[in-house]
Amino acid sequence: MSGLEVTTGWYLTLGAMLFLIGGTGLLVRRNPLIMLMCVELMLNGVNLSFIAFADRFGDVHGHTVVLFVLVVAAAEVVVGLGLVVAVLRASPRATADDLSALKG
Amino acid sequence: MGQVEIAFEAPAVDWWVLTPQIILVGAALGLLLVASLAPRALPGWVSTITSIATGAAAAIVAAVQWAARDLAPRPTLNGAFVSDGFSLLLTVLVGAGVVMTALVAHSALDRYDMAPPEFAALLLASAAGAVVMAGANDLIVLFLGLESLSIALYVLIALAGRRASARESAMKYFVLGAFSSAFFLYGIALVYGSTGSTNLSGIGGFLFGSIRETDYLLLVGIALLLVGLGFKVAAVPFHFWAPDVYEGAPSPVTGYLASIAKAAGFAALARVLYVAVAEQSTAWAPILVGLAFATLGVGAVMAICQNDVKRMLAYSSISHAGFVLVGLSAVVGSGESAQWLVRVAGEASRVVTYGSAGGGDAVSAAVFYLVAYSFMALGSFAVLSVVGAELRSPEPDASTHAFSRYGGLARRRPVLALAFTVLLLAQAGIPFTSGFWAKVEVIRASIGAEGYVLAAVAMVTAVVSAFAYLRVVLAMYAPEGSADGDLRAPAARAGRPRWGGLPLTSVFAISLAVAVTAVVGVFPQTLLEWSREAVLSIVP
Repeated sequence: MSGLEVTTGWYLTLGAMLFLIGGTGLLVRRNPLIMLMCVELMLNGVNLSFIAFADRFGDVHGHTVVLFVLVVAAAEVVVGLGLVVAVLRASPRATADDLSALKG
Repeated sequence: MGQVEIAFEAPAVDWWVLTPQIILVGAALGLLLVASLAPRALPGWVSTITSIATGAAAAIVAAVQWAARDLAPRPTLNGAFVSDGFSLLLTVLVGAGVVMTALVAHSALDRYDMAPPEFAALLLASAAGAVVMAGANDLIVLFLGLESLSIALYVLIALAGRRASARESAMKYFVLGAFSSAFFLYGIALVYGSTGSTNLSGIGGFLFGSIRETDYLLLVGIALLLVGLGFKVAAVPFHFWAPDVYEGAPSPVTGYLASIAKAAGFAALARVLYVAVAEQSTAWAPILVGLAFATLGVGAVMAICQNDVKRMLAYSSISHAGFVLVGLSAVVGSGESAQWLVRVAGEASRVVTYGSAGGGDAVSAAVFYLVAYSFMALGSFAVLSVVGAELRSPEPDASTHAFSRYGGLARRRPVLALAFTVLLLAQAGIPFTSGFWAKVEVIRASIGAEGYVLAAVAMVTAVVSAFAYLRVVLAMYAPEGSADGDLRAPAARAGRPRWGGLPLTSVFAISLAVAVTAVVGVFPQTLLEWSREAVLSIVP
């Protein structure tokens, strides 16, 4: 095999990039649904890092962590979607900028 | 092809240690089940009594466990969870918080259109998360506890979703909570990548004694953990969600958020820093000191600028978080002091390492502060809940708790105003209240660790924020009440037991908070000793 060899570092970099893209998206995008997707992207970036580390260590622990994270992410999305629906039902086309009645 | 034998050995489970969580989760699920199977809506008192009984039961079990043995750490589930003095003291606190929140919410639920069984179930589920956080000895268990606490809280706020302010509050809390959880989780991943373990004792054991060059993976991981937990405890500069969320949430939930959720976050912070990465205290202690400076300053200054009592209390809770950070950051002789190994029966060949950064007194001061502050916060927001029910808003989302509307409260409700005054003065740190001893202990710990500048800043901000509390007291005792026209007839809500026109359950909760504040203020010794014993297993 010649050329590039894919090492753990590549996966870690990809994970970090996914995390950053998700984090930036969450701060920049104003559509509540897209923001929810960005959270998922961040969590999946973390998952990838966990698997990469677990693979490097040959340790099953990192793999099991991912299952826990998936369950938590699912629970978070359930609540998040519910909230988004509640907000959008009250004011369709609402963006994150419209949620600014509370300030001071 | 040979069959691969996979031997699965289930970890030993110490059910007695897990009893508080089992009680809380079991009651939450049972209540939901009964409520959804019942042919008609359950009366509100069923849910309230269930929450109170469950919270009290969890607290009593923890107290019995505390009394039954010396407070040596007792790990279970393969070391993923540990029951020690620290977790037990916080479990008692969480139980008390549940009882008080349920009492206050009882008379407020229909005002917010919240369904009682769902409210109670979510309250208990979030309390279970807080208890798990207090005793988690594994970063993943800690994460699961954090998420159970947070997700239940998002829904608790959103239950009052008829109000636009509650919707906004829930949405903001959710987005920032999810954001911070992701940071926390990434921190776990990096620490795992650096040490090969997510177990706090395991990480501590790995780092202890190993002479290593600077490990940037680990340092970035610790920083991300600090960011994640910093959001949860609303430390500046991760605080910007707190005032909006506190203001928009229903007052009983705000009280819970400001006390129990914050205490659980600090418990997690203390355990992570002192058990897992105590060896790295030269790296994290300066960050913590910086956070403490910023949190104290911003909290106190912004509290003065507010014109809304609820928002003022939100900023004041930020400044209280600063005091707890002062305690947690007062590390003496970083990384030099002895570590000790505890070989625990039943965990054959497993060595649990407890690290020390030598800040035992400082951490116990922080714990004392958390307990004292939690009761003050629960009581203050209980008062706000009662007053909010009487102040009719011209429109649903107007500032209900504007300072001007508290004018003349002392004349209309002398006892309530007196109770609120005690709670506010305690938050300001006036002698003969628990807040005074809390501040004294924290500042003493800071001086002991030679953090003179931080101690001085803490004292100055205490004086500055005292001004904010005195503004409310002055408003209440102002001779001319401008809000008389807003006063709703006290008998508007018939059918609930009342005392002097106030809902009886809220009166109980407020009296409890005032009693704890006053008794601890006069006799601080017992609670001080408890907090010292509690931190022994974390910082020997």
